[in-house]
Amino acid sequence: MNTVLEQEEEKEMKHCTATRNACKLCTPLGACLAFRGVEGCIPFLHGSQGCATYIRRYLISHFREPMDVASSNFHEESAIFGGGKNLKAGLANVSAQYEPEMIGLATTCLAETIGENVPLILKEYRDNCAVEDAPPIVSVSTPSYRGTHMDGFHETVRALVGHFAESGRRQERVAIFPGMVSAEDLRHLKEICREFGLPATLLPDYSETMDGETWDSYQKMPSGGTPIHEIVGLGSVRMSIEFGRSLVGRDSAGAFLEKQFQVPRRLLGLPIGIRETDRFMEVLETATGRCKPAALRQQRGRLVDALIDGHKYVFGKRAIVCGDADLATGLAAFLSETGIFPVLCATGERRVGWEKQVREAAPDLPPESQVCDRLDFAEIEERAEELKPDIVIGSSKGYRLARKMGVPLIRVGFPIHDRIGGQRVLHLGYAGAQQLYDRTVNALMEKKQTDSTVGYSYL
Amino acid sequence: MPTDIEMKNPDGIASSIPAEKIKEEMLKAYPAKTAKKRGKQILSNDPDTLPEVGANSRTVPGIMTQRGCTYAGCRGVVIGPIHDILHITHGPIGCGYYSWMTRRNLVRPEPGATNYLQYCMSTDMTEEQIVFGGEKKLKQAIQEAYDIFKPKAITIYATCPVGLIGDDVHAVAREMKETLGINVFAFSCEGYKGVSQSAGHHIANNGVFKHMVGLDNTPSEHPFTINMLGEYNIGGDAWEIDAVLKNCGIHVTATLSGDVKYDDICRAHNSALNVVMCHRSINYMAEMMEKKFGIPWFKVNFIGADATAKSMRKIAKYFENPALIARTEEVIAMEMAKLRPIRDAVKARCQGKKVALFVGGSRAHHYQELFRDIGMEVISAGYEFAHRDDYEGRRVLPNLKVDADSRNIEELTVEADPERFNPRKTEEMRRSLEESGFCFSDYTGMMADMRKGALIIDDISHHEMEKLIELTKPDIICSGIKDKFIIEKMGIPCKQLHSYDYGGPYASFSGAINFYQEVDRMLHTKIWKFVVPPWQKDPRLKARPTIAQKEKAPKKEEPQSFKRPAASGQAGE
Ligand code: SF4
Ligand code: SF4
Repeated sequence: MNTVLEQEEEKEMKHCTATRNACKLCTPLGACLAFRGVEGCIPFLHGSQGCATYIRRYLISHFREPMDVASSNFHEESAIFGGGKNLKAGLANVSAQYEPEMIGLATTCLAETIGENVPLILKEYRDNCAVEDAPPIVSVSTPSYRGTHMDGFHETVRALVGHFAESGRRQERVAIFPGMVSAEDLRHLKEICREFGLPATLLPDYSETMDGETWDSYQKMPSGGTPIHEIVGLGSVRMSIEFGRSLVGRDSAGAFLEKQFQVPRRLLGLPIGIRETDRFMEVLETATGRCKPAALRQQRGRLVDALIDGHKYVFGKRAIVCGDADLATGLAAFLSETGIFPVLCATGERRVGWEKQVREAAPDLPPESQVCDRLDFAEIEERAEELKPDIVIGSSKGYRLARKMGVPLIRVGFPIHDRIGGQRVLHLGYAGAQQLYDRTVNALMEKKQTDSTVGYSYL
Repeated sequence: MPTDIEMKNPDGIASSIPAEKIKEEMLKAYPAKTAKKRGKQILSNDPDTLPEVGANSRTVPGIMTQRGCTYAGCRGVVIGPIHDILHITHGPIGCGYYSWMTRRNLVRPEPGATNYLQYCMSTDMTEEQIVFGGEKKLKQAIQEAYDIFKPKAITIYATCPVGLIGDDVHAVAREMKETLGINVFAFSCEGYKGVSQSAGHHIANNGVFKHMVGLDNTPSEHPFTINMLGEYNIGGDAWEIDAVLKNCGIHVTATLSGDVKYDDICRAHNSALNVVMCHRSINYMAEMMEKKFGIPWFKVNFIGADATAKSMRKIAKYFENPALIARTEEVIAMEMAKLRPIRDAVKARCQGKKVALFVGGSRAHHYQELFRDIGMEVISAGYEFAHRDDYEGRRVLPNLKVDADSRNIEELTVEADPERFNPRKTEEMRRSLEESGFCFSDYTGMMADMRKGALIIDDISHHEMEKLIELTKPDIICSGIKDKFIIEKMGIPCKQLHSYDYGGPYASFSGAINFYQEVDRMLHTKIWKFVVPPWQKDPRLKARPTIAQKEKAPKKEEPQSFKRPAASGQAGE
């Protein structure tokens, strides 16, 4: 429930009651994606089938990969009398068809509105389970009227850890909770850990399940994902690294491990740009007692060199950054390192204290930069009229804004449904910053070239 | 140029496995009760006896379906394309977000004209409204929408949670209509109301009929006016149809609903004829307009060259004007002269290839025409959300059992309008047209047009799709985005017929050419050479065993000649 103060604040902030062209998605979407990053897991939504269909469609159009989400298919009487019967039938059907290793159950607004007692239904299901070796079911409560896709994502990771993690003999291994990043980001994180020789468990890991190969054999379930036994082992890892400054003070997976199993937690910003990545590297250096491996040192060196090569094309350029709060934080940090001026950092999420987080990550962000949560694209567009950006950095939903302002859009984050390869956009690490930088500079150069009447062919 | 037709077993594996056997394989993985239910939705076609399809029944929980919800059918499909109405979704953010420009129902408003389609307004309900009710927020949202945009009309769509907390969206609409003096109306299209988006189509038809059709009696100055019902201008289809009809001298007053304005719909009842493309989503409207205004309707299909020509002739004949009939023949001849050489060239490469279509409530039928044009064989087809009449024809309607979900949806009582009812044809004229082969108010369904033994699968699930591929190996599958990537991962090209994969138009003659060429390229592009499909390996060695596979007898060695078609030099991209 919002406090009176927050409601007051809301009134002041928003001059429009309705949300026009939202800059956020709904909670179970994040849950489905996170569940998809566990090996052999099938996501299941408790509610009407429409939500599952819409969410599948959205994830599929970004990843261009198959994405199954089962549903308990509420109808009028389930909406009134409860959907327990449907849920049990659905779980049995999914188990029989897919033989999953686990089922990831999230609720939709409808199930939450009628106040379904999911734990009770699950207990009844288990007590008279028709299916032998029934797979474990991890459930998470994800009403969209109480959060966004990012909340759904983090809460699901938290639920997975809460369900499976057990204590045990301390391992060499670390846990990484990367947040909602791209498949390429996940692969890069694993590569970084390999460079350090550090065994790591990423949760979730949809780098393969959501960006797989063609099939030369029939697959009921895509291969890949964090193995469940590794999630069990998270109770005994030597430390957890959690990305997302917005997770501070929240009951996240890392916080849970720390409280329950005394696993030291390092909460970092998403490693985007030089300094945020340096912070991540420092943590890895301390953990392994090794200094940064040569390959990564070189990546950093090349990045700095590239920033010098490109600075004259970008300094002073005005950027609007929009998207998930933690992503936008990272991008703001990075852009201000390059000399680009993020005139507006916007997110559709509600994030109390977000401006402070952004300014911590990006200490050189000019004071006149606007940092604003709970914005929608209509409001961003209105502000853009005055801010006169040279470039927009955000998801495909930023296209309308970019088109209206006549400036390039650098597509990052989620969803990217008007280009191919959204799942392969690299944001993290020095390598990610390198790609973002090249794309940004090139877009600005291309714009200059196209707009020029001179026809420069040498820039 | 070499073709690869001969590389395929001419009968194909498909026809060597009887439909009944395939069905049996599909059902094996299901618990008994589920198998029984799905068994009624999977059958072997017989165009003469037309076996009963268990269509429009609820999807079993936990079975992966392509179906969407009532809200999607109402907001997304039927009304969404009206581009100068302001649409407000009343609910939490997701439902509205997901219906924001996700269908490719294109619009081309005249310069300076209003286009709200790029806006997605949602009341974005929070816990406070879920607990204390959302009517106040909805009212505010409508007021603001009016203040900002001053639209001609505002529509409100209720999503699942709204139905449960008991917000009276209709009362809010009435109140705001009064206050603002513009047309404001609401739809109770909560997602749980029906078995699929189909329920939403019906609700939308009712709303459009009640609140828009008939508002403007200005007669048209055109001599031959029609409405195109059930055409959504995906990829620009409606523009192709409009253009070819215009060339004949036939004017389309309103296309429901593709690139259409509020005013066009308010005037639609002045037209002389309604023609129906997608029977499923709009037959209600055709029926209601006939009852109230006396406008006859018949079924047309502008997908496929022969089908387009046939539909054009039918429309021209309806007006019984010799000049119009002659001009229509001229246009057809002209278009066919352009089309024929292209079709023949494509046909030479595609003849005998096999296709399966699982989509929508009419497309799985309509698109068979295009494949027939280029000599391809339909081995299996099914709809996602159609009813029995779309499979078996409207003759089943009188005996159709009304189930609980359909009973939920209001059937409007429509009577002849005391002033405006005007039967466009006298009984006598109608009879004489019928004697010459005209079929008013009828649709004979998909199955009558399909060969005996073809496999009909209603509301196909992921599992069944995989089995179908494994057992029949079609050369191309038409489906939607939810299946597309599974199909292509197995090395089979998939054409999305909801969104057209960013392509189109495919309607009318120029659209048909477009489609032939695209299918040709899809089938013959060189990339398929790099894919080793599962059936070229022993599936039991690699796959995670499914229940069905565990029970299955060892598979026979497949003929060496049966491979994915290699690219034929020319046709690649
Ligand atoms: S009801 Fe909730 S979960 Fe379903 S689509 Fe809407 S916002 Fe998302
Ligand atoms: S909540 Fe209901 S209306 Fe919204 S997407 Fe889900 S099923 Fe459809």
